[in-house]
Amino acid sequence: MSDYILEMNHITKEFSGVKALDDVNLKVKKGEIHGLCGENGAGKSTLMNVLSGVYPYGTYSGDIVYNGEVCKFHDLKQSEAKGIVIIHQELALSPLLSVAENVFLGNEQTTVKGVIDWTETRKKAAEILARVGLENEDVNVPVNTLGVGKQQLIEIAKAMGKKVDLLILDEPTAALNDEESKKLLDIMIDLKENHGVTSIIISHKLNELEYVCDSLTIIRDGHTIESLHKGVDEFTEDRVIKGMVGRELTNRYPAREGVTIGDVIFEVKDWNVYHPDDAERQMIKDVNISVRAGEVVGLAGLMGAGRTEFAMSVFGKSYGQKISGHVLINGKEVTLNSVKDAIDNKLAYVSEDRKTYGLVLIDDIKHNMTMAALRNFFSKKGVVDSNEEIVSSEEYKKRINVKANSIEQVVGSLSGGNQQKVVLAKWMLTQPDVLILDEPTRGIDVGAKYEIYCVINDLAKAGKAVIVISSEMQEIIGTCDRVYVINEGEIAGELSKDEVSQEKIMQQIMAHNRRSEANG
Amino acid sequence: MDKKKVVNIDMKQYGMFIVLIAVFIIFAIMTGGKNLSPANINNLIMQNSYVIILATGMLLCVLTGNVDLGVGSVVALCGSVVGVMLVDAHMNMWVAIIAALLVGLLCGMFSGFFIAVMGVPPFIVTLATMLMGRGATYTILKAQTKGPFDASYNFIGAGFLPKISVGNFDLLCLIIAIAATVAIIFGEIKSIATKKKYGFAENPLYQIVIKDAVFIFLVWFVLIKLGQYSGFPFVLVIMGCIVGIYSFITSKTVAGRQIYALGGNRKAAQLSGIKTDRVFFWVYTNMGFLAGLAGVVLSARNGSATPKAGDQFEMDAIASCYLGGAAVAGGAGTIFGAVIGAFIMGILNNGMSLYGWSTDIQKIVKGAVLLGAVTADLMSKRKKS
Repeated sequence: MSDYILEMNHITKEFSGVKALDDVNLKVKKGEIHGLCGENGAGKSTLMNVLSGVYPYGTYSGDIVYNGEVCKFHDLKQSEAKGIVIIHQELALSPLLSVAENVFLGNEQTTVKGVIDWTETRKKAAEILARVGLENEDVNVPVNTLGVGKQQLIEIAKAMGKKVDLLILDEPTAALNDEESKKLLDIMIDLKENHGVTSIIISHKLNELEYVCDSLTIIRDGHTIESLHKGVDEFTEDRVIKGMVGRELTNRYPAREGVTIGDVIFEVKDWNVYHPDDAERQMIKDVNISVRAGEVVGLAGLMGAGRTEFAMSVFGKSYGQKISGHVLINGKEVTLNSVKDAIDNKLAYVSEDRKTYGLVLIDDIKHNMTMAALRNFFSKKGVVDSNEEIVSSEEYKKRINVKANSIEQVVGSLSGGNQQKVVLAKWMLTQPDVLILDEPTRGIDVGAKYEIYCVINDLAKAGKAVIVISSEMQEIIGTCDRVYVINEGEIAGELSKDEVSQEKIMQQIMAHNRRSEANG
Repeated sequence: MDKKKVVNIDMKQYGMFIVLIAVFIIFAIMTGGKNLSPANINNLIMQNSYVIILATGMLLCVLTGNVDLGVGSVVALCGSVVGVMLVDAHMNMWVAIIAALLVGLLCGMFSGFFIAVMGVPPFIVTLATMLMGRGATYTILKAQTKGPFDASYNFIGAGFLPKISVGNFDLLCLIIAIAATVAIIFGEIKSIATKKKYGFAENPLYQIVIKDAVFIFLVWFVLIKLGQYSGFPFVLVIMGCIVGIYSFITSKTVAGRQIYALGGNRKAAQLSGIKTDRVFFWVYTNMGFLAGLAGVVLSARNGSATPKAGDQFEMDAIASCYLGGAAVAGGAGTIFGAVIGAFIMGILNNGMSLYGWSTDIQKIVKGAVLLGAVTADLMSKRKKS
């Protein structure tokens, strides 16, 4: 027997011709905590989904060897039966059920004939909670009365209630503050040392990985780059960043030519926003940005840095409360109290989640494209000019190359890349001067990405001010003339096209983290 | 030059229409042609007028992904207002009508306020208005029937346009039939011309001819039957106007498209500049107004106001929308579909009554038809995707 609990060998997984994982290898030793890191979209979650059977055996190539035996999981149940438990980033708790009920959700403690044994449930739940450092918790209170940090621990407790040998945590600390994170990481160490649980942790917080992991595997663009081992290799944040980013740029980004950068046409000053459900929690602090005509400006930062919250709060107060600050478009101060105000003042926001916030999936391309511009450009006195609608949607379909049979095709049947183009067209049709593109290429293939970048270039050429929000730093660097680095709702720094690099962005984020730790 | 684009007419939108004709023919055979008589055709229209008015308003609610359970009670409440004003207070008929419509409108605004401003789910709000409306009706009428009304009021629900008699036949119906035929043909020519002008895809000519021929045949069939009976019913004028206006609103106006967008994806609609709360408010306010109108028509047809009036009308209206192909989750459906749905329910009721089945059996059949139609619709969609 080898001392590896898990070996994933030569895993390749394609999505309609695009390789999300290409010959990936991951070896995890028994009784260690193994970190998995890489940029967003590098393939970490895909790899874990392959492991846990979400993508069943046969849809990928390569072997999974677990405890010395080749596994062919067809669904989550089969991998769980073997003791592999995955905890996703989004909590899977039923908020109104009690702590004890949640701990045994889907794994109910029953007497004969399927009747729930409440005494046993409560007793066992308390035992398990003690193992994750929640020994003083009342198991009878609804789970939503606890904080996010404790809820995350209850997720772990839930996993412990099952037979678990290999625990996979996908960004467990993303929603936690430093103290809560530390507690969670310490519990992982405790589980390893006292209960023999092996863990894989996916995280963007490199300092945490440095703290908790025994070894690390770095994935980039669907390839394994390297594995580092504590005590053998250099094991520092800088080393990991180098592994994550060290890549040559080929022309994945079309060159932007013949653009003259003009005057500042979009400015946001002293912008402050509070959380929509918690008036005490400040999400955006004193943000100031400005964008010139023909300029593409990036907002870089980690997930949860507050970029989307900032953009949406500017876009007609679509996020947050107690919003204060000034917005200037074309030199004039404007008040944007609703999305309609924003559209009327030539501001457009292409949301990061096209399916939830961008499209009516059951409706056709034509109606989706004209949805935001209908009132201002496709109607007279409230009556829709459906002929003009058809003409314009045909034009945009051609112009940005939406691959569909006709403009009558239902949007839900299009690929992600083409859906994204429809959303872009929808906002271009409102004839904006300023466009905020939030994760404009999330989850779409390389070819479609290139086409989207071409559209961004065209917009700049047409003298629009474009703001690109992206978690893929390469994308920010490849497309933007200037970059604001945002961290914890504040501007952590600003970088010009010549200065910007992934290391610089990460350094500014880390430096900002240190500053705010020192202050608070 | 581009190749001339030709696409087939999408048969799906006429699916229920074909079912309607089929059901009618089946009952014609079962009842030995009893349902084809001029009197019965007239009955079909008059009996179903209020359900069609309600289904029109209900479709807007269904498009948002919700229903209004309170309409039956609002119908009764508005009828009771008319009853008290005409019979007890001897007021002017027009004052009573306006009062009834206002009460309907206020009921709608009441629901709309709680749904849009307070954020209470429409199901709960309208469940409450259903109970409150019925209770208020019983209170106002003191659980008694108020009537009879003057013939001038009853004209709204039971009257006919003045006849131009030629023997036993009403020439007016013929004139309307000719006008409708001209309108259908003219509209089709205009639509073809627009498609040519913009270079849009056209339908094959034979399909257009068949489609229009079927519609023209139906228009003539119904109008000749009406002409042989008492002429053109006044409710048909009201119904025609309502259906026409709301078809226009849903298919051709920004307001209509906002309702579809809201039902299809509320968050996306909000982020596209649609004030979704406002849309909700007006959809429910409008439903209240139409319920008021249906209340007037119903009380006029009955010649009295009874506390039990409009019982379960909401269910007929909701069923009509779903039968007509509206999506349960919202965002899809047409006025045309809802009207067809309402007529299918009406023809089923009418045919089964003529055949001699009891109302108990009728309910079973209606339930089964609704379930079957929606199941079939879902299955056909699933196969596609």
